[in-house]
Amino acid sequence: MTALRKNKETTHEIELAGQLALLDLSGGLYLPAHDALLVADLHFEKGSSFARRGMMLPPYDTRETLSALSDVVSRFDPRVVIALGDSFHDIGGPDRLGDEERATLSGIQAGREWIWVTGNHDRILPDSIGGQVVEEMNLGSLTLRHEPEAGEQAEIAGHLHPVGKVVMRGRATRRRCFLTDGKRCVMPALGAYAGGLNACDAAFKPLFPKGFTAHLIGTERIFAIAKSMLCRD
Amino acid sequence: MSKASASLLPKAFRDWFKSRGWKPREHQLELLAKAKAGRSVLLVAPTGAGKTLAGFLPSLVELAERGPGRGTTKDKRGIHTLYISPLKALATDIARNLEAPVQEMGLPIRIETRTGDTPSHKRARQIERPPDILLTTPEQLALLLAHREAREFFKDLRRVVLDELHSLVTSKRGDLLSLGLSRLMSLAPQATAVGLSATVRKPDDLQRYLVPQRPSSPRGVGSERVSAPERGGGIDEVADLVPSRAPSTASSFKEEVTHAALADLVVVKGGAQPDIRMLELDERLPLAGHTASLSMPTIYELIKDHKTTLVFVNTRLQAEYTFQELWKLNDDGLAIALHHGSLDVTQRRRVEEAMAAGKLKAVVCTATLDLGIDWGDVDLVVNVGAPKGASRIMQRIGRSNHRMDEPSQAYLVPANRFEILECRAALDAVHEAAQDTPDARIGALDVLCQHILGMACADPFKLEDLYEEIRSAAPYASLTWEEYEACVAFVATGGYALRAYERFAKIVKGNDGLWRVRDGKVAQQYRLNVGTIVESTMIKVRLGKSSRSRPGSVLPRGRLLGEIEEYFAETLTPGDTFLFAGEVLRFEGIAEDEVLVTRAASGTDPMIPSYEGGKFPLSTFLAARVREILADPFEWDRLPLQMTEWLVQQRRRSIVPGPRDLLVETFPRANRFYMTCFPFEGRLAHQTLGMLLTRRLERARLKPLGFVANDYGIAVYASGDIAARAAREPSFMYELFSEDMLGDDLEDWLAESALMKRTFRQCAVIAGLIERKFPGEKKTGRQVTISTDLVYDVLRKHEPDHVLLRAARADAATGLLDVKRLGVMLQRIRGRIIHKPLDRVSPLSVSVMLEIGRERVYSDNADEILAEAEAALLDEALA
Repeated sequence: MTALRKNKETTHEIELAGQLALLDLSGGLYLPAHDALLVADLHFEKGSSFARRGMMLPPYDTRETLSALSDVVSRFDPRVVIALGDSFHDIGGPDRLGDEERATLSGIQAGREWIWVTGNHDRILPDSIGGQVVEEMNLGSLTLRHEPEAGEQAEIAGHLHPVGKVVMRGRATRRRCFLTDGKRCVMPALGAYAGGLNACDAAFKPLFPKGFTAHLIGTERIFAIAKSMLCRD
Repeated sequence: MSKASASLLPKAFRDWFKSRGWKPREHQLELLAKAKAGRSVLLVAPTGAGKTLAGFLPSLVELAERGPGRGTTKDKRGIHTLYISPLKALATDIARNLEAPVQEMGLPIRIETRTGDTPSHKRARQIERPPDILLTTPEQLALLLAHREAREFFKDLRRVVLDELHSLVTSKRGDLLSLGLSRLMSLAPQATAVGLSATVRKPDDLQRYLVPQRPSSPRGVGSERVSAPERGGGIDEVADLVPSRAPSTASSFKEEVTHAALADLVVVKGGAQPDIRMLELDERLPLAGHTASLSMPTIYELIKDHKTTLVFVNTRLQAEYTFQELWKLNDDGLAIALHHGSLDVTQRRRVEEAMAAGKLKAVVCTATLDLGIDWGDVDLVVNVGAPKGASRIMQRIGRSNHRMDEPSQAYLVPANRFEILECRAALDAVHEAAQDTPDARIGALDVLCQHILGMACADPFKLEDLYEEIRSAAPYASLTWEEYEACVAFVATGGYALRAYERFAKIVKGNDGLWRVRDGKVAQQYRLNVGTIVESTMIKVRLGKSSRSRPGSVLPRGRLLGEIEEYFAETLTPGDTFLFAGEVLRFEGIAEDEVLVTRAASGTDPMIPSYEGGKFPLSTFLAARVREILADPFEWDRLPLQMTEWLVQQRRRSIVPGPRDLLVETFPRANRFYMTCFPFEGRLAHQTLGMLLTRRLERARLKPLGFVANDYGIAVYASGDIAARAAREPSFMYELFSEDMLGDDLEDWLAESALMKRTFRQCAVIAGLIERKFPGEKKTGRQVTISTDLVYDVLRKHEPDHVLLRAARADAATGLLDVKRLGVMLQRIRGRIIHKPLDRVSPLSVSVMLEIGRERVYSDNADEILAEAEAALLDEALA
């Protein structure tokens, strides 16, 4: 359990469907029982996707996301990394990936198992990006998939990019967050250009009929915030 | 009328003047002569001097003499005169006024307007058959110039009339217009420009603006920048914050000044001295606050005694409040109306029409009425609250009495004791006719990016030619080749060091060496994005009703009260109270794109301050005068007694600082330690100072808890004893206020500052990085939007010297963060800090302490806010 000790500073422990899960400051989630690191909604090459339509966003989003990914992977050094879908912003994304970024990705993948779960932005993923591609998978009692599905089945998913907004005495902050009710967890998006959907949005309601706790990613640590403290946009 | 000038005026015109019982004025004839001589002119004249007619007279005479065109397509003429005004309404107004002489003299002149409201078939017809005189706005001019027919349309242009030039040149709109003007002058070198302006401090700035500049330095040298910005953080970044193309700092600019081309200057001396005084009350004014509630009965009496009164206030909220209060007193049922920017347009138009028709007794209004639309017969102007600037107040006073030979009548109404000082300073300035209009702008790079794309839409261009043309615009005269290339690269592919987007380029260089727009879609994108005004998104405020079936819940069943800025609504939490529509309201929540509120129990004080408390910070000029009055006890005799008493108290309990000193007071109060200081540099600079001071106090482990700022000073409170530290370390205060706070501290703060991110967003929209969000567009999630905050973070990390960040930093220097002014202040107080440790609050400090609870507490520290929210969860669990 070296990963546990090493990442004490940056993580926040919760129980998820009977097992320990570590929520990391990077937006990743680590399951010690499986030595698995989960990340969601990387949206690689979102910048170039916009550029095709004439909005020339700074072309550094992929390397920024890769650097965050590389950091969290090296800290946990997990047996397996599972990306929960929308890893690329569009189907052409893997083709547009620069040589340097491609090499960085291979470096991160080296020496471990790598699983791409497909998402609505990247239904098809080419072999060139390494790892294996699945539509969804199970890990112990947990189902891992891109889009969360309301119901009894315990799951970890992405897709919705939850962010929580907190306002205290006229001061507001809006941060990416994990939403969980102890059985289901919706992970924040890790991509540098991935925006966010307010946790108060109706889309989250059917997933958490009995409410949730939001774990907001601060600058130095993660904060557990009650649903009642969250504000709409 | 002298014979020579009379001969300039054709008989028809002389007869027309006579029939009206008028005589052409000296300056009107002078402008006529200048036009004949092919000169561009700046006409500086007070309101009511017949400025507009003076501007148009040469065109009317020339067009009358030219006679009608044959109207066949072969003989198609471009427009003769182009008129640009900052306001759509002003353009329409002027068009109407021009019709009178044209019809009465039966002149063959076609006058048309072109604004955002002009239907597309009329626009198309205007291109097809250009009118003789076209009246429009800077944005519409940009669109016209980007049109494929621009060359043809403007080829015969003789004259450009720029109205309210003093107000146009102070913003990015002025930058855009200057670039438009530079293109007009290359399409029609025969044209001359005439600028109409109120009195300004440095008319030569405007004279330069009107004519093409010929910067002498060879291109490519790029040596005009005194300090080329270095990559990375630290002091170099700050050097960049103060735009280094500033004429005052550029050494080579001196040479340029001697070569600078100037339009001729014609000044119409103001008539009688304005009759302006401060409204003095027997009662004591409060130490803080902006409502002037005590003065309302007197203002009401003044309204009653005059024919038509304009009551100017500084903010929308003050307008609401004043309007409400006056109506409470309005037993006589006087026709008092309200006019401000968030009111519905149709309602505003109704007020304007009633005003012009002389049906109103008074209008309570904000800056929206500052500009020169003819409002009829105003015989009194009342300015409630701080004057903020000398020129500003004079322009407002100028709204009264349109006959320039009679004195304007005006009252300044201070709302608190500091404002007495400010009013006194403003009165002195008016009597000396001193002006404090801002310095000429350095053209913004984001605006330049927009212009470059527009020019590519019009015609393929040669890189060097466009550069020369752009530098002929005064705000861009010192633009370096390097900056220009960076802007062109931005327009083409985003201009990133990592050249990833070549294949998506928006403008491309052809084999002929000319740059052209890639396709029609890009041109379409340009047209949708044109302009420099990035409106903040507004959200409706609706009064809610308590639900009977579910006590405690509120239903959106009440009436609409108006609109507030979305970013303000975002900082409200249920239960917060704030002032809007003249009432204290309780925020209940946001339901379906509306802010839901209820009326707060009577007697509730608003918790959340008037947002945009004072839109305009106190001018540097007035601030200096206020400091001087404060410092000189002989001056105190000229102040109301209540003010003198207060200052005497201050002198007894602490000290009254000298005009160049910074007084810092520290004192304990209720288990906290307070530090107040009084730089008098305006709210924006103080907010920035407060942010930086709290960072430094944090590092000094003095545990700052927050701060508040107003136009005059700031108060910081901490749980650590600041005075004790200063006693132990004699140099502590000097280090705390040392200029190096504008280095790393500023950089660190900028990284997360919400204000900086807002500034960046505006630059990104103007430059065309992201598409404009139109008001009323719903957030669907499907929409192609991207948070500019995320873009800012990434860009700042990977390419800190990118042209968009440079543009944002230049804005921060003078805009919402006012860093430049803060820098000048820190320099001024170097070695002149007077620390006064006190055992309790001083009279001076009370005024800023009163802002606590009234003003927002500023902080961009996310973790602090989150920790507080997390603690609330624990409290809940333990309860």
